[in-house]
Amino acid sequence: MAQETVVSPSTTEPRGSIGAYLKHHIRDYGLLISLIVIMVFFQFMTNGTLFKPLNLTNLVLQNSYIVIMALGMLLIIVAGHIDLSVGSVVGFVGALAAVMMVHWQVPFPLVIIACLITGAAIGAAHGYFIAFFKIPAFIVTLAGMLVFRGLALWILGGASVGPFPVGFQLLSTGFLPDFNPNAFQFKWISMAIGLITTVLMVFFNIRERLNQQKHDLAEEPFIIFVGRNVLIALGFLLFSYLLASYRGLPNVLVVMFALIVLYAFVASNTTIGRRVYALGGNEKAARLSGIKTDRLTFYAFLNMGILAALAGLIFTARLNTATPKAGLGFELDVIAACFIGGASPTGGVGKIIGAVIGAFIVGVMNNGMSILGVGIDMQQVIKGIVLLAAVCLDVYYKRKN
Amino acid sequence: MDAILEMRGITKTFPGVKALSNVNLSVKSGEIHGIVGENGAGKSTLMKVLSGVYPHGSYDGEIHFAGEERRFRGIADSEHLGIIIIHQELALVPLLSIAENIFLGSEIANKAGVIDWNAAFRRTKELLKKVGLNESPQTLIDSIGVGKQQLVEIAKALSKNVKLLILDEPTASLNESDSDALLALLKEFRAQGISSILISHKLNEILEVADTITILRDGSTVDRLDCRAEKIDEARIIKSMVGRDLTDRYPERHSKIGDTIFEVKNWNVFHAIHADRHLIKDIDLHVKKGEVVGIAGLMGAGRTEFGMSVFGKSYGQKISGRVFMHGKEVDVSTIQRAMDNGIAYVTEDRKNYGLVLIDDIKRNISLANLPGVSSKAGVIDDPKEILVASKYRRDLNIRCSSVFQQTVNLSGGNQQKVVLSKWLFTGPEVLILDEPTRGIDVGAKYEIYGIINGLAESGKAVIIISSEMPELLGMTDRIYVMNDGRIVGEMPTPEATQEKIMHTIMKSWED
Repeated sequence: MAQETVVSPSTTEPRGSIGAYLKHHIRDYGLLISLIVIMVFFQFMTNGTLFKPLNLTNLVLQNSYIVIMALGMLLIIVAGHIDLSVGSVVGFVGALAAVMMVHWQVPFPLVIIACLITGAAIGAAHGYFIAFFKIPAFIVTLAGMLVFRGLALWILGGASVGPFPVGFQLLSTGFLPDFNPNAFQFKWISMAIGLITTVLMVFFNIRERLNQQKHDLAEEPFIIFVGRNVLIALGFLLFSYLLASYRGLPNVLVVMFALIVLYAFVASNTTIGRRVYALGGNEKAARLSGIKTDRLTFYAFLNMGILAALAGLIFTARLNTATPKAGLGFELDVIAACFIGGASPTGGVGKIIGAVIGAFIVGVMNNGMSILGVGIDMQQVIKGIVLLAAVCLDVYYKRKN
Repeated sequence: MDAILEMRGITKTFPGVKALSNVNLSVKSGEIHGIVGENGAGKSTLMKVLSGVYPHGSYDGEIHFAGEERRFRGIADSEHLGIIIIHQELALVPLLSIAENIFLGSEIANKAGVIDWNAAFRRTKELLKKVGLNESPQTLIDSIGVGKQQLVEIAKALSKNVKLLILDEPTASLNESDSDALLALLKEFRAQGISSILISHKLNEILEVADTITILRDGSTVDRLDCRAEKIDEARIIKSMVGRDLTDRYPERHSKIGDTIFEVKNWNVFHAIHADRHLIKDIDLHVKKGEVVGIAGLMGAGRTEFGMSVFGKSYGQKISGRVFMHGKEVDVSTIQRAMDNGIAYVTEDRKNYGLVLIDDIKRNISLANLPGVSSKAGVIDDPKEILVASKYRRDLNIRCSSVFQQTVNLSGGNQQKVVLSKWLFTGPEVLILDEPTRGIDVGAKYEIYGIINGLAESGKAVIIISSEMPELLGMTDRIYVMNDGRIVGEMPTPEATQEKIMHTIMKSWED
């Protein structure tokens, strides 16, 4: 009788061994460590400019729209698709918002709602062809990329449109109110919010850890758990402190953070998130398990449309003008962020946090290289190499396991 | 007559399985040699050894062809000598023309690689004439039927100066007149001195054309019949095909059969892509509480298509018919509705249709019933999910390091238990198990049988689709025999034998 063979990593190495655990999760920690290394590297190379409160604030503002779109893009990539149109949608929605506000004098809250609905409609249109017509996402969104870039040009008549009402600009340039409204006075409320968020985060981590221990499921060695939490808490506090010593927490940061938490929760803790992973992991098995895979794909693109529209609004508000070229090439940064963050091009694998860290790696590199005066030409070369290297590492570790 | 091909003592093992064990095959020059055997008897593996798909060194034994020992490193080597194999799934490019397909890979071209199309078309015309196909060389493969495509494959073989033509189930997807034409062509080739090997389930066809028949069973040659020396009939072949004992391979069963739970009436299904191919024809079938019912049949009989189409129309189109649960008609138009009505279908292809291989055991088990492990708002309760997975791990004896183990690393038997767990967690009343023990070793098979018996004893209705007849005889209360999309026989298992099932199938070909 043939023996059942079971490959079991934990029989060869004792459970809870730190080395074994790190080896198994090297990709997760490696990503965070890469971000830290890149930050320290540029902090050093730029003689401390990178972490200056002013620059840090700019870094957040510059990358918020990439991060926000990476949340939606990750779900699409996990589902086994791709969306090339998001850069054009950013441009189109920005143009639409500008024309509505400047030419038609529509109040900005109404404009925001209309633009988000437009984004949803665009996403739904892509999703319809991909999910129900079974046309590859690459083709549908490539078409969308051309169509919405063209429409952005058309709406704007080839010119730039702006400036916008102050209320709309605050979406991107506003900061949380504080007792000390002037720049470079310490913002106590922002610091307090940063502190509370940090405490809450650590609290939830500990609670989950206790819950795991209650069921004897805690896999992560205790030292790593503590170390990870201390590191992240320190990072958060330092980040809040630095922002608080300039103008406080940007509104965009609050929106972005809320979205990250929401999407991370949906992706890992809800049935709909789980179904997206199953869809990307094996569509046939997912469908035979009663999952409405077509509808799920459709919703993933609908969601992407809304997030791209939101990113478009934030980007336009930040520039205070809509230009026909707004958002050009954003899709590449967003997609790169997801892949650097560990998403698999074949679907089924990827984490929201990974995509966010990936976006910040791209963002810090953009920012750091700009400060260093690296030309746009070499910046692209370096970003391309980093993307390839990150995915190569992924493939390497997968093969080793 | 000399033997053109001698395969001596061929043994081929895969990890954990001995696919071929000391197989001998001798094909005389200019004869038609039939090879028969049940599904999984080793026919395809033997042909892959012969054609070089499994290169020399990956098997034990010797191959002598045209008087010399041959050591093929790949298909190119065997084709070079004129051994051409035509597989059941045709290897033609649908959107290329007949001429392009025939010369694919051996184009008539000059040294710079420029193709001489005039020569190719002229040569194609000659070849098509030989196989009796009246089509233009420029016709696209896509636009001709399967029967004609088969002839194009043969023409392609002729273009390579074929010495030994191997046909694997050539008539499986052909209608009767196309089949007859093909067999006539084989006879003509024989007259011209081309030897051929015909692998077929249709014994009547084998008997019609074959000069010699080799019978394989469980990876060994069990018989070699000379049709010219003695009178051979189907009963004689079937006896050799299935003759094996059944002792202690199946756990003891205690059937307690109740009222009818599940019933299908007038079920009709058409091919998922080719809307004119009627795959399932007027099937009526029922299963009682606590009963295990088998569906026997050869590959391509339509059993999987039937199971999947009942399960939320997950296969086929233009599906018609009615499904009843406890005598009440139910809606099975989507997978979710079929599941809600208590039906579960466990696929024959667990890697492609059953598991998300990159996910761990617990995620696979909960996949079909996520609401069962989450709050009303759709938030997954992790500890509950783990408890559920751990329960099935214990109940079904899934051997793994933990429920966090990726399913890709599990053995076939344990993977199958994970798939079974997934469906049991949906709380079904009827389970359709499609080839539940395919590719599983003997020990794990026994465990799966135990699980199936347990399900029936707990009052579930079970349908087993299986190509292994002993399994059906050992595990079921009643057997339906299916062939060519129809139920062609039904018998209580105590009255059934492998011979009887085979005869039922063979008889239905003749009708």
